[in-house]
Order: sequence, then structure tokens, then C-alpha cells
Amino acid sequence: MSAIARPDSPYRLEISCFAVAIGAFGLGAVMAVMQALARADLDVAFASAKVYYLSVTAHGVLMALVFTTFFIMGLGFLFARTSLGRLAGESWGWYGFILGCVGTAITTVAILSGSSTVLYTFYPPLMAHPSFYIGATLLVIGSWIWCGVMIASWRAWKREHGSEPTPLCMHGMLATVIIWILATAGLAAEVLGLLIPWSLGWVERIDPILARTLFWWFGHPLTYFWLLPAYVLWYTVIPEITGGRLFSDKLTRVVFVIFILFSTPVGFHHQFTDPGISSGWKLVHTFTTYSILFPSFVTAFTVIASLEIAGRLRGGDGLFGWLGKLPWRDPFFVSVALAMLSFAVGGFGGAINAAYAMNTAVHNTAWIQGHFHLTVGTAVTLSFMGSCYWLLPRLTGRALVAPKLALAQPYLWFLGMILFSGSSHITGLMGQPRRVFSSSFFGDEAAQSWQFLTSLSAIGGVVLFVSSLLFLMVVGGTYGWGKRIDAPEVRFAVPLDDDSAPAPVWDRFGLWVGIAVLLIVLAYAYPIYELLTMERFGSPGFKPF
Amino acid sequence: MKIDLYERIWLWIATVMIGSFLAAIVLGATMNAVHPPSHVETIDPTTVRTSSEFSRPRVEINDDGSALVVGVAEMFDFEPFLIRVPSLGPITFRLTSPDVIHGFQIVGTNVNLTVTPGYVIETTVTLPKAGEYLIVCNEYCGLSHHQMTARLIVGEGDGP
Ligand code: HEM
Ligand SMILES: [Cu+2]
Ligand SMILES: [Cu+2]
Repeated sequence: MSAIARPDSPYRLEISCFAVAIGAFGLGAVMAVMQALARADLDVAFASAKVYYLSVTAHGVLMALVFTTFFIMGLGFLFARTSLGRLAGESWGWYGFILGCVGTAITTVAILSGSSTVLYTFYPPLMAHPSFYIGATLLVIGSWIWCGVMIASWRAWKREHGSEPTPLCMHGMLATVIIWILATAGLAAEVLGLLIPWSLGWVERIDPILARTLFWWFGHPLTYFWLLPAYVLWYTVIPEITGGRLFSDKLTRVVFVIFILFSTPVGFHHQFTDPGISSGWKLVHTFTTYSILFPSFVTAFTVIASLEIAGRLRGGDGLFGWLGKLPWRDPFFVSVALAMLSFAVGGFGGAINAAYAMNTAVHNTAWIQGHFHLTVGTAVTLSFMGSCYWLLPRLTGRALVAPKLALAQPYLWFLGMILFSGSSHITGLMGQPRRVFSSSFFGDEAAQSWQFLTSLSAIGGVVLFVSSLLFLMVVGGTYGWGKRIDAPEVRFAVPLDDDSAPAPVWDRFGLWVGIAVLLIVLAYAYPIYELLTMERFGSPGFKPF
Repeated sequence: MKIDLYERIWLWIATVMIGSFLAAIVLGATMNAVHPPSHVETIDPTTVRTSSEFSRPRVEINDDGSALVVGVAEMFDFEPFLIRVPSLGPITFRLTSPDVIHGFQIVGTNVNLTVTPGYVIETTVTLPKAGEYLIVCNEYCGLSHHQMTARLIVGEGDGP
């Protein structure tokens, strides 16, 4: 795989990770536009239920699991290499990367062959081909190796710089690594303990609620695994490229630590409508869920304050004058600004989803697909896409080709998402379910009322697709044909508050991991014990696809 | 730890906001018993069709106008397909599935249930207004998932 990166680049590993991520994104985007058109009941050639659900499975896996994981691995390697000045065990990094590629290939083939149309949540008793689960396992093991390299690099640095605070971007990446390890423990229990033995026929039955519980143990922290690297970019890179300062180094560390603590013990907010889990435990998880709103509120303040500093340093004054002085011609900055705006809206939607009893108004409706395309599909994705415009010159020593197209791309994405996500939110409130090939329901009256907005969402899908193509063209064009320049340095923001102080308590990861594990035990031990000990029957597998 | 004054104010606003969300939820849960459906009861999914309760999907109307709906969600139908009840409620739904997971969502209401094989889900609701409702499956269950529907008629209206 290293052939895709120029042999002389010191960033071969990072570039390879980004390349796989972007490839998965491209494939996922093709799936996406087909889906958006099919949902609007347009009479398009590829529209059949079989293709639709296969495509949704591929899109979910490629976007939510492959694109994100590989991109985050690339960012992690880069941040460790640049901020710590080293990558311990780089060859292990390659093994992890290659294993991830092999796993991705196996799972993708399983999906495209039509044997595994179980969607990216693979709820049993829907049963995929064993290779679907095995490929996903290899991808996760590859990412664990990445975790090992990240931790080893940090410890090696720590041995030399014992009393210094961890570089902030690395602090955030270590939080990401820890959240990922805590999350995938649940996934490993589900896939290795339940799904693989069952799909191979070694055991006949599986308990769907136990499997869902383990899945959402993984599924919610998964969203913070996506989000935190975007936050790291917002906190530690954006103030630098806008010419400002990071408003508060200490609070940023507090934010990352709170995410370590509260990302995982919250999964029941995805299972409010499930049987088999008592309402008391659902209420407990509601409390922990709302606690993680707090660090995002802090982030909103710190990041905007950092931008204000930048705007004022650039000569902006008055209450809002600084806004106009920000670098609105820089595609990375524009991407992140729009990403933040989307996240503000998506975050409020999230507070509604998590609202215990109100959840039944939106659960599994199109509202949910509107919600996560704002959060992971825009806040995270736009930050990552934008970061490519910043990364490319630095990693490859080539100037961006077509900077105007690069600048148009985030705006187009945002516009497409207003149409797609906006209409999905509204039709969801009207009752349109998500994950449906057609939502006409035999011409039912209620269903008629959401058809117009569904067509609008299809137009949004086309705009998003055009934006994806622009992104792929600029990135591919720059990589292949960009003008050679002296690669600028990868640099991070300087905080306003003094960071020469000794390593703060927020850097004591062992302590925070301990508390996080304790919270997971408190949130899950008893409900899982109850599930395991009550009289259960389990279900054989089905393949209705 | 020194925190900037404006940021401190903002943190307090955030704390108060989160606190009031939670207070509203806890008050709703304790005072008005507003809970998500959370019934705990198991059943062998392979015997649903022969079990005494679910072998006959049905709507039972009591003298006081309340109703009990005993239903099965199965690839790719709901039984009973037509649910007719005389009054707004209370209506109790007891549902299970002999195959994969299905959703049971009454469009235009807050009724939203995950019908899971191996479990019985039960909830009791009172609907806000009479009329005809579309019921859809909102959990992917296979290639005809989008065609899995049923109907609820509340009150005296004449449906199909
Ligand atoms: C190219 C622009 C995109 C378009 C037009 C698009 C469109 C869609 C559509 C139409 C669906 C199926 C909805 C349904 O039937 O429920 C969907 C599902 C989904 N999308 Fe996207 N999407 C895009 C980008 C993304 C991105 C960037 C991500 C995440 C990184 C993402 C993550 C997902 C996930 C996780 C699902 C759920 C699949 C499932 O329900 O199993 N999408 N998208
Ligand atoms: Cu969640
Ligand atoms: Cu269904």
C-alpha cells in the first residue's frame, strides 16, 4: 500500500491512512446520492429494494466506520509525530493500517455480494455472512494497534519530558484513543461473544436485546471517537491558522477528560423504546447523557473566544467587527466555521433525542437521519475535509490546485445539508420512518404529506454529491499535479494561559481511565446481569435480503 | 484553576440549562409517570404462533371503552392489520415478533415501540384525537420493510 505515497515523504503512513479514508468516502458518496434519489420515489434505473438496502449498508459502514476510522488514525499518527517529535513503533503502525485495509476489504466484499444487508448496526437476529463480522473485527484490531502506537509514543515522550504538560493536541488524541478502547470493549463482546459464533452456526440462538445493549455500549462513544479529533482541530489548529490564540489550555484539557468519563455509560438513550430494560436504568443513562452536553458548551465558548482573539488581532473591532476579519477565503477555516454552526444545531437536536420520554416522538424517524448528518455527516466530515486543504501542502509539499473550487466546496456541502437534513428533520416530526426504500405507504394520506420535502432532500443529496466531487477533484488534483512548494510546517496554537506549568492533574490519564471504568460498571453491570439471569430464549437467525 | 469571568458566567448558564432539562424530565417521570415503554417480559420466539396469547392476534374492548391489543409483527405484516377501538383510551398494546426486530410506530402520535423477538413489549396510551392513523414499521427488517404497515381507527369513523 505504501506505493500510494511518495517514497521520500516522511508522512507515508499518514498519507496512506488519509487515502483509504478518502477512497471510502468517495464510494460512500456514490451510494449516498443513489439513496437520496431512490427515497424520493424517482424512477431511476438502480432503484430496487435490494439495491437500496445494500447501498444503505455500504454507505453506513464506509462513511461511519471506515472513512472516520482511517482518517482519525491518520490524524493521530500526524499529531504524535509532529507534537511529540516521534512515532514509537512505526512499523506497527503499518501493520495496523494493513490489517484495517484487509478487514475493510473483506467486509466491503461481503456487503457488495448481497449476503450481508444488515445495515451498519447489524442488529440480530438479522444474520450477515460470517465474513462481514470477521472483516469488521480485523478493522477494529487494526485500530487497536494504532491505539498501541499512540500510547507507546506518548509514554516514550513522557520518559524524557516527565514534568511537562502533554502537548494539547496529543492530550485530545489520547482521550480519543481511550474512548475508542472503552467503546470497542463492548463491540468486541458483542461480535466475538455473540455474533461470530452464531453466524458460524456454533450456537443456534442469540439474544437481540443483549446484543443491542452491547452494540450501544459501543455506539454512543463511537460518536465521540468521531467528534473529538474534530474538536482537536478546532482547539489546536484553527486558532493557529487564523492568527489567534487558544483561549484556555486548561479548560480544553478539562473538556477532554469529561469526554473520557461520560462518553460510554450512556448507551440506553438509543434503546428508550426497547423492551427488557427497566425505565429506571433508562433514566440513569439520561442523566449521564446530559452531563456530556457540558463539555460541548465549554467548547462553544472557548473556540469562539479563540476566534474573536484572532479577529481582533487582525484588526477587527466593535461587537461583531472581528467576525468579518476572519480568513473567509481559507477553505479550511470556512469548513470549520460551517461545521461549528451545524454542530450547534445538531447538538440541540441531540438534547431532544436524549430526552427520555420525548424520544418516542423521533426515534427511528427521518429526524434521526437529519440529526446525524448534521453531527457526524457535517460537523465531523466538513472538519476532516477542510483539514485536507491544510494537510496537503504540509504533507506533500504541493500547493492546492483550484483554491476557488476548494472554497466553494464547504459552502455547497452546507447548502446541500440544509436541504437534506432540514427536510429530514421536518418529515421525521411528521412521522416518516428512516431506512425506508420508499415512503409512500401505498398512497396513504399522512405519507403524501411528506413527499414534497423528501424530493427536496433528494435535491440536497445531489448538491452534497457535487460538493463531494469537488473535494475529490481538489484533493486528487493537488496530490498528483499540485505545484511543488516548500512544505509549510505543521504548527499548533499557542494558548493565552501559561502552559509551562507542571503537568496538571488533567494529564493523569490512568486516574481518569479508572473513574471511567467505574462509571461504566455502575451504568451497565446490573442491567447486563439482569439480562443474563432472567429466563431468556434467544432467537435463530434470519436473512430476509 | 483561574477561569475568565465571561467563561464562568457561560458555564453557569450551561449548568442551569442542563439542570433544568433534567429537572423537567425527572418531574415528568415522577409526577406524571411519563416513561418510555420499558416492559420486561420474555417469550420463546419460536412458539409465538402456538402460544395461548399470541396465536390469536386480536383487539379486546372492555365495558369502560378501554382496549387491549394483542399483536404480532412479522415479516412483513402486522396482525391485526386493522385495529379498531371505540374511544381514545386507555389502549394497551402487547406485541411480539416471531422473527426479526420490527418497529411499531403510530404516525402522528408518541407511540413508538421496538417489537423484539424473545420479548413482549407492552405500553398503555391515551390518544389525543379520534380518527384514522397509519402504523409503520420503523426498524429495518428486510427487503419489504417499507411495505410493512397497519391501520388504527379510533372512534366511530368508517375505515376500509
Ligand atoms: C454525500 C453526502 C451524503 C448524502 C447525500 C447522504 C445520504 C444518506 C441517505 C439518503 C441515507 C439513508 C437514509 C435512510 O434510508 O435511512 C443515509 C444514511 C446514513 N448516512 Fe449518509 N449521506 C451523505 C454523507 C454521509 C456522511 C459524510 C456520513 C458520515 C460520516 C454519513 C453517515 C450515514 C449513516 C451512518 C447512515 C445510516 C445508515 C443506516 O441507517 O443504516 N452520510 N445517508
Ligand atoms: Cu448516542
Ligand atoms: Cu420493518
